[in-house]
Amino acid sequence: MVTAAARHVADGEVVFVGMRLPLLGFLLAKETHAPNAVGIYELGIVRDSAAPAPILTMGDLPNLYRASWLADTGDAMALLQQGRVDLSFIGGAQVDLYGNLNTTCIGDLQHPETRLPGSGGACDLASLAGRHILIMAHQRRRFVPRVDYITSPGYGDGPGWRRRVGLPRGGPSAVITTLGCFSFDPRSRRMQLDTIHPGVAPETIRSETGWPIDLPEAPAETTPPSEHELKVLRRFDPEGYWTGRR
Amino acid sequence: MPAEKRMRLDEAIDRFVEDGSCVAMGTGLETCIPFSAGHEIIRQKKKNLVLIGPISDVLFDQLIGAGCVRKVQAAWVGNVITGSGYNFRRAVEQGRLTVEDHSNLTLTMALRAGAMGVSFMPSKTALGSDLVRSNPGLKPIFCPFTGERLMAVSAICPDVCIVPVQRADVHGNAHAWGNLGLSREACLASKRIILTAERIVAPEVIGSDPNRVLTPGFRVSAVVHEPWGAHPSPMPGFYNRDHQAFVDYQEASRTAESYHRWKATWVDGVSDREKYMDRLGSERIQALALGEHLISEPADFGY
Repeated sequence: MVTAAARHVADGEVVFVGMRLPLLGFLLAKETHAPNAVGIYELGIVRDSAAPAPILTMGDLPNLYRASWLADTGDAMALLQQGRVDLSFIGGAQVDLYGNLNTTCIGDLQHPETRLPGSGGACDLASLAGRHILIMAHQRRRFVPRVDYITSPGYGDGPGWRRRVGLPRGGPSAVITTLGCFSFDPRSRRMQLDTIHPGVAPETIRSETGWPIDLPEAPAETTPPSEHELKVLRRFDPEGYWTGRR
Repeated sequence: MPAEKRMRLDEAIDRFVEDGSCVAMGTGLETCIPFSAGHEIIRQKKKNLVLIGPISDVLFDQLIGAGCVRKVQAAWVGNVITGSGYNFRRAVEQGRLTVEDHSNLTLTMALRAGAMGVSFMPSKTALGSDLVRSNPGLKPIFCPFTGERLMAVSAICPDVCIVPVQRADVHGNAHAWGNLGLSREACLASKRIILTAERIVAPEVIGSDPNRVLTPGFRVSAVVHEPWGAHPSPMPGFYNRDHQAFVDYQEASRTAESYHRWKATWVDGVSDREKYMDRLGSERIQALALGEHLISEPADFGY
């Protein structure tokens, strides 16, 4: 998932980097095909080089070391709100077919079955970045026809919704899941499969998605991580904290 | 001469954090979280607090588990490297805690409005989101000049904010460096400010670099000398993040019973931060020391 996400970063882009897996995705992109990408972190950091040592949070001191700018959250958010951010990555608990993301509550807001941590900066990234990418575990309970709560707006109820509610730009461009890579049809704004991860059956995607999803007859396979990409990942995540060897 | 504001942490919390007050903490996001002050609030059994902060990492969860909190105004409450905050979850799911959901930008704007002395600040975030359903302080409006849609964010003026800093003088002038999160806005917006400082230094040291001063000393109510006051969060220039403490806390907070055992050991079982560090042990403390130093070039502030 990290590798597939990292490949969405074009060289020279300004990336607003969210907490957890996106931290690693940005470092990977930076050390492989996108050496000129610039990272912005919501706690008030801009950096144009990878952190010199492994980090688990964006506030770990290696991420502050020789930063381009150490400033305030309001300064990082100013760059985002102005439209200076090309791309951001966010993770989520529940997503729907229009890419709306819920990280606030499962069930009724007043009496939730499960209370989740909330937005953090995710709502801001989904509202204001040029485009954003969702990174999610692919399970039927997470891929629902309509999210219980829109924490981070996707395409709302379909075409034209973002403009109608007043969002200035953006929208989700991709969803990277444990089963495949997805994008959004430009006309209907509905989620569609791009590539399926090696070894995953199309039937699994169908059964783990909570709405009838159209799948091509012979979907292309996601290119697995290269030796070089794996080497870089091991350097930034030596104990496998994020990449599953924990 | 400006007043001396140095006092012990227990005295500062006793005097300036009243039951029912609105307290801003964790305004540095992942760095410089006032864990020491939060633990003293728990020891003093403060009640009905309203906590204000963007991402407090596990501090808000600890205060909620101890029964100190009636409401949070926050963007995110959990454990940054592991996910859920279990005390927070239990309290909301059992209807014991009110949440006003912010994003990091809306909370910044709420505190900036407080700091600027205006009733709200506009932003372009969260339009179309459900944050408006769980935060009465967010309302979509139209710009009176351009007609575009904006999100109005109602001002927040905390009763007190608590910020760990690297060094301070006894008058409340303090140097803070690293990323600052929402700390500047929170200080300006708050009625009272408590600083916990890794070091207390002469006023001349602070005066040698006024650009690095967090907030004017005359606005500060208390200065506490509190080495390791932000542990297990990182303090630039002093110590790294103690990841293991956050992983351990995830396990410890899984049930209310196990949380109370954790609290008995790490909060109620130690009288102050010095005893807490003794319990942590020298090996663990040494492992958090900076391995790589980077001293900035001095700047000439002369005339």
